[in-house]
Formats: sequence, structure tokens, C-alpha cells
Amino acid sequence: MSDIQRITRRDFLKRTGQAGGGLVLAMTVTTACGPDAEMRTVTADGKFVPNVYVNLRKDGVVEIYCHRSEMGQGIRTCLPQVIADEMEADWDRIELIQAIGDEKYGDQNTDGSTSIRRHFDLLRRAGASAREMLIMAAAQLWQVPAAECEARDHAVHHVAGGHHAGYGDLVEHLADIDVPENPTFKAPEDYRYIGKSIDLIDGFAMTTGVANYGIDTQLPDMLYASIERCPVHGGKVRDFNDGAARQIAGVVDVVRMPDPTAPPFYNPLGGVAVLASNTWAAQKGREALEINWDNGPNAAYSSEKYREELLISCCNEGKLILNRGDAAAAFAGGAKTHAVEYYAPHLAQSPMEPPAATALIHGDGRCEVWASTQDPQSAQNTVASILGLDKEEVTVNVTLLGGGFGRKSKSDFVAEAAWLAKKAGKPVKVTWTREDDLRHGYFHTVSAQHLEASIDEGGNVSSWLHRTAFPSIASTFEDASTKPAVWELGLGFVDSPYAIPNMRLETGDAKAHLRIGWLRSVCNIYHAFAASSFADELAHVVGEDPKDFLVKLIGPDRKIDPTEDGAKYSNYGQSLDTHPIDTGRIKAVLEKAAEMAGWGRELPDGHGLGIAVHRSFLTSVATVAEVSADSSGKLRVHKLWTALDAGTVINPDRVRAQMEGAGIYGMSLTLHGEITAEDGAVVQGNFDTYPVVRINEAPAEIDVHIMNVDAPPGGVGEPGVPPVAPAIANAWFAATGARIRELPFRNAGVV
Amino acid sequence: MAVELTINDDLHTLDVDPQMPLLWAIRDIAGLTGTKFGCGKALCGACTVLLDGQAVRSCALPVSAAAGRSVTTIEGLSADGNHPLQVAWRELNVPQCGYCQSGQIMSAAALLERNPQPTDTDIDTAMSGNICRCGTYTRIRKAIHRAAEDRS
Repeated sequence: MSDIQRITRRDFLKRTGQAGGGLVLAMTVTTACGPDAEMRTVTADGKFVPNVYVNLRKDGVVEIYCHRSEMGQGIRTCLPQVIADEMEADWDRIELIQAIGDEKYGDQNTDGSTSIRRHFDLLRRAGASAREMLIMAAAQLWQVPAAECEARDHAVHHVAGGHHAGYGDLVEHLADIDVPENPTFKAPEDYRYIGKSIDLIDGFAMTTGVANYGIDTQLPDMLYASIERCPVHGGKVRDFNDGAARQIAGVVDVVRMPDPTAPPFYNPLGGVAVLASNTWAAQKGREALEINWDNGPNAAYSSEKYREELLISCCNEGKLILNRGDAAAAFAGGAKTHAVEYYAPHLAQSPMEPPAATALIHGDGRCEVWASTQDPQSAQNTVASILGLDKEEVTVNVTLLGGGFGRKSKSDFVAEAAWLAKKAGKPVKVTWTREDDLRHGYFHTVSAQHLEASIDEGGNVSSWLHRTAFPSIASTFEDASTKPAVWELGLGFVDSPYAIPNMRLETGDAKAHLRIGWLRSVCNIYHAFAASSFADELAHVVGEDPKDFLVKLIGPDRKIDPTEDGAKYSNYGQSLDTHPIDTGRIKAVLEKAAEMAGWGRELPDGHGLGIAVHRSFLTSVATVAEVSADSSGKLRVHKLWTALDAGTVINPDRVRAQMEGAGIYGMSLTLHGEITAEDGAVVQGNFDTYPVVRINEAPAEIDVHIMNVDAPPGGVGEPGVPPVAPAIANAWFAATGARIRELPFRNAGVV
Repeated sequence: MAVELTINDDLHTLDVDPQMPLLWAIRDIAGLTGTKFGCGKALCGACTVLLDGQAVRSCALPVSAAAGRSVTTIEGLSADGNHPLQVAWRELNVPQCGYCQSGQIMSAAALLERNPQPTDTDIDTAMSGNICRCGTYTRIRKAIHRAAEDRS
């Protein structure tokens, strides 16, 4: 839960460099302390500043600082919805300001679908404390009890006394008002904006070309950079010839970048940068470079060979992670057993805007960057580190992100721009090409899984063995890492909802040969693909309806705690008390999606329905896919139905949009997505070799139903993705009788 | 070498390599950043502009091919940002990250000019060169239909 940390005026001035100063409260999730009269004030320039997220001007405009990055999830609309609602501020009188990277805002890393689920109370508190202080000020002004006053419509009212004061008019009366320690939140029935589908705050800018993304920054005297990096992860420049590059018109300089580090962290990947007067000249100059590479330790990496190794790894006994009952005994006594392997390849996030950042070194040595970053504080640290500055000497301005999907949590591209700006003595914009993005990313990991189940005489699943092997994201931070991190196994592995009496979960070893990173819903993608496909396989083994079988497999209503079976489990960093693994809620979305899709109805020839349900990021999502095979055996997804339980929802339309988008993103990785490597180098380079779903493949409709559940909010940006692949796989089986256990489906010849 | 072309009704004389893709001439030289870079190979449509009314991928078209011709970018689609497509896009809250939407809207504008009442199939055919990684396709279809209705 959120608490308030007070920061002295001097601290505030030091951190922000702002003149004026005033009352500032930083809200963090960990610290608390009581009111302090010294810090109560209205700033010298006449703003009421109850906390770091809200400023109220005398003209009545409420400035709201959005400390989370906008990458399409709608947070720049949803965040002010929460604050304005609790503050009783008019939507038309708010001004949204994108916050720079600064620890005073608390966590700014926009990943893990955390913006609402971890910050809802903090945002409510920011608005509610402002509202209560405005009421206190008015009550003091009118000499009436605060309890008789009400904040409504951007004003405070004392009806009995006939008093009314607009928020702006109260600013000058707020200097002596205490910040409430525990402001009272509004009752849900009084919400004006929370739960409402408010239009996008950036809708006009995004439809008229004036929205600014990382790639759009233009500074006077700026140079444009394009960087040739070693094709093999871990390699570096041996030597290079830039003679031809320097002959290209517009090329200003050629610079060898600092060599990459091992492990890679978020540091630049090395290579050779061409600086030019425009992007085209930089790219042309780069093409003219002659570079000899030392390809390093991964030069022999072949993803095809590695696939075979990984499939072997997942078939050997692994490290025990969770143990329930006695799986071995149950296997020995089972009437039937079924054992298979699943495989999913590396993926690239490939946001439409490739990584891009611009940096400027000020005359006093301070660095200022503009970047499409999901994690401005991490960018601040990375830039400070590479330039040898204190982080307070680095300002990170957050632009809109042209998609992120996890890629832009890593600030290597921001550090490249900063390092080059210092080297060049001029502002520098680094723009990655699509080839750079697909070949030098932090890739979604490759995985192989073994699943094995026994079925007793009564047709019930009596034992379940699931073994997963994948190079860990930890390898980006620890060179020797060959084991999954605990948190990775909490993403759709140890949190299995199945009521199977004997369950054994194991992991195999796997070494990384590419940089590994987050991709929208992370390990849930392959864990849900395997577990939810395998559940469907078992339904067909016992000859039951897959939906009814799944309901039975999930079993009675209960709350699951994986630690009871010996696993470590962090529940996405939140309490199982507030965000339980609640099988009743999981089954409810399953039943709802089935109902929406008309599960059991008669289908056109060649069509099939498939269903999957998966809880991730504290939200349960069930998806039904209707697919068909055409006369040449090619797959078409006709429609998707999705039901989700995300608890309290801020903006239903944005939630629906996230589920629609997750459907398409999930389809892309199901049908097309695959990054492979030969001789250590990524093979794919652009959307011809790394195809994604286009509009002509999109379903006719993606129907979304949001369950009305009074519970704390779960995540929304990611949890729509995991059920898509198994729903399609299960539908394809229903339509054709063919089971596909490897992603992407195009390798099976059906796309 | 100077290339003369009209961008959004303004005559520009750009001193550039004639082989420079129109995209970079528009963005880096003319300073109009509404047109986006996504692939550099005419594979994703983020850079779509109108050249004498036809949708073209500006990332793969040399600026010399636009010499003496008229280019319309998202900034010039309408004077006030209220082209029926822009309005429909906002009414249906189509954008997520928004990055590809300039190109989507320009492709849709060219479609409606030649086919004022497109079917879903017409839309899919005309718009399949424009990738949206956020997955706004079902809303794009609806928004084009709505804009078509509003224009008729």
C-alpha cells in the first residue's frame, strides 16, 4: 500500500532544480512519516503542490504529472482519470505533463503491467489528499466545519452557508493546510472518471502527426547517427576502414563505439557509428564501412542445433521446483499416459518505432536526453554510468513510445546517443533501423517443454509432470546463468491452477547465446501455450468436451498458494491476499468466454473452436478462437472471444483495446514469429523475413467482455497474450485433427 | 543538388542527394515528423504519404521521383485535423501507441478517394501494407466504414 514520504524543500530544489519550491510529497510504496509543518506551503509562483503528481494553478488548471511511459496501453489517459476523479477535478481543466525520470516519483519502470495494479492506491491518494486539503482550506476560510463541505465539480461547496469557491481561488488559502496522512478515498459509486471509457488524451495529436515519439526529436545543430554492430552477440570490432564512408556526402564523422560488456546489462553493443547531417547519409555511410569483427564466444551458435539440445534437456530429469503428491507412483499406476514436447522460438518485440534517442551535453557537462524509454530512471542510471556523471546530472525526457512490448525497458540505445553526443560535442540522434531492431535486440527467449500426464480408470488426470528449459533473462545480468530465475517460473509455471493430486514441476538447464529480455507477457507465452494445449490434448485422450474437461481440471473453487507445494512464488510482487490465484474467478472467465463464443454450437464445415484460460499479471483471461482450414490446408482465424477478470478497471475501452491488441500480438507469435541464428548471427532482418499479422489476417471481430468484479486491479497490458496461442492450437486441432506443438505455425505449413 | 516539390501545398526546394528517400527528406530536411520510419523497405507502411493523391511508401521512393509533384503528409491531410478519417479514428479511439496511425490514415485516405464505400475485403486489400503492432486492425476497419458513411 502506498504511503507518503516527505521531502524537504531543500531536497526538492536539489532534485528538480526548480525555482520557487514549495510543498512536495513524494509517494512511494515503502515509506511513511507524519505531517511536518515546515514543509507546508504554496510555491512562490503561486501553485498548490500537494504532491509530486499534482499542481494546482491559480487559474484553476490542475497540472498532472504522468510518471509512467505511454506505449499504447493508454496510461496517459488512465492515470489522470484516477487522480482527477479522487480530486473532484474537471476533466477539461487538467493539463497532463509527462514526468522526467526522477526517483521522487517512485517506480517508473513501465513494464510488468504494473501502472495501475501497483499504483492505483498511490494515484488515488494523490488526488484524495489534494481534495481534502482544498476542503480544509475552504472550511477554514468560511469558518465552518470541514465535514459540512463538499468538493464537487472543481470547487468546494458549503451548501448550508451558501459558500462556493473554485479550486483556483483556494490556492492562496492552502499554505497552512496539513497534508492528510490517510485521506479517504471516494466510494466507487461516486466515481466520475474511474470505470468510464474516456477518450484518448493524445487522440488528436496521434491522428494529426504532431505527437512526438523518440524518433521525432529535433535539436539545433543535431547530428544523426547509425551504428553497425557486431552480427554476433558478444562480438566486437577488430579493426575497420572508414575511408569510403567518409566520402559519402553528409557524413561528418565515424566513431568506434565502446566495446560491449559481458554480461551485456543495458550497455551499448559496441560497433562503429557514422555521424551525419541527416539519417540517410548516416545509413549510407554505415553501409560503406568495412569492419573486421571478432565474433566472440557465440560465433558457432546455431538455433536449429540449439533447438535439438533444448528438447533433449527438457526430456532429462531436471531440477525439482514444485512437488505435490507422488507423481512417480501415480504414473506407475495410471491407466493411460500421454507425453509430448512443446517448443517455442526466440521472438523480437519489434515495436513499430525502432529504438531511438537523442542526447545533448549542456555547457556545464550535464546530459539531457529525449527517448522513447519504458524506464527513464534506468536510462538515467545507464547514461550517468557511461558518461561518468552523477545521475542527478542526467535529465531523461520521456517521449511517446511507438510501441515498447518490453524492448524499451532496456536503455542501451539511450546510452549510445549520450555517449555519441559527448564524443561529437553536438546533439546526436540515434535511430535504429528495423534490421538493427530484429538482429540486436533483447530477445524473447527460446524454450522447450516436456509434459506428461497419467489418467486413471475414471478418466481423471492423476499425475502431471511439466519440465521447462529456456535461457533465462538473468543471463543479461549474470554471464554464467543457465538456470531460470524464480520470478520467471512464477509466470505460468508454478502457478498452475489445475487440481491434479500428483504434480511435479522441473526445470532443465539452458545457456543463452543472444541477449535475452522481456517481451509482452514473457514466460507466460510458452508456459501457457504448452500447458493449455496439453490440457486440451488430455481432453481428447479421455474423449471429453475440452471446455468441460478444463473446468474439471481446474477443479473446485479455492485459492492456490504454490509455496504449499514447495515452490517459490512471488505473485507478480503483490500479496496473494489481495490478488489470489482464485480458481473460481478463473473458471468464471472460462465459462464466460465459452458462452460468448457459443461453445458447442454447430460450426461451418472445416471450422473449429479452441479455448484456453490463463492467469498472469494478476488477471485471468480466457480466449476462444474460431479457425478453419481452407482447401489448401491454410489456417484462418475468424474470430476471437476474450473474457477477463482484471478486478477494478479504470477505462473499459482501453482494456478492450489491450485485449484486441493482445489477440493480434498473440496471433503474430502463433502464426509467424521466429528469430533464428546461424553462425551466431540472427537471420531475420525485416518484416519480410519476420512477418507479423496484417489487417488481411486479422479476425473479423475480437469480442471482449470485462467481468464486473469488486477487487483490486490486476494487470492489463500483457495478460491478454498468453491464451491466444493455445486457443488457436486447440481450435486447429478441433478443425483438422492435427496437433501443432511448435511455434510458429508457419513451420508446420499451415500459414 | 536541389529538388523542388510541393509538400502540403507549400513549395520546398530541398538541397539533398536525389537518391535520398522521400521519407528522410520530409522528416530530416523539411522537418515534418508526422510521417514515420518503420522498416526502410516499403514493408510496413508507417511512412505512407500521398504523391499526387496516390498512397506511396516514402521510405523506398527517391526524393527525385517527387520532383515537381505534390506530396501530402498527415500534417496536410486537413487544415484543422478534422478529415472524416481523423474524426472517425478519434471517435473509435483507434490509436494505441499511435506510431503507425499516420501511415494508416494516409493509406485509408487514398482508399476512400478511389473507393468511397469500401467493403471489408476492399479495406483489407488496401490496408494490408500497413502494419500495426499494437493490433488496432478491427477498429481501423470500423473507422474507415464510419468515415465513408460520414462522407456520403
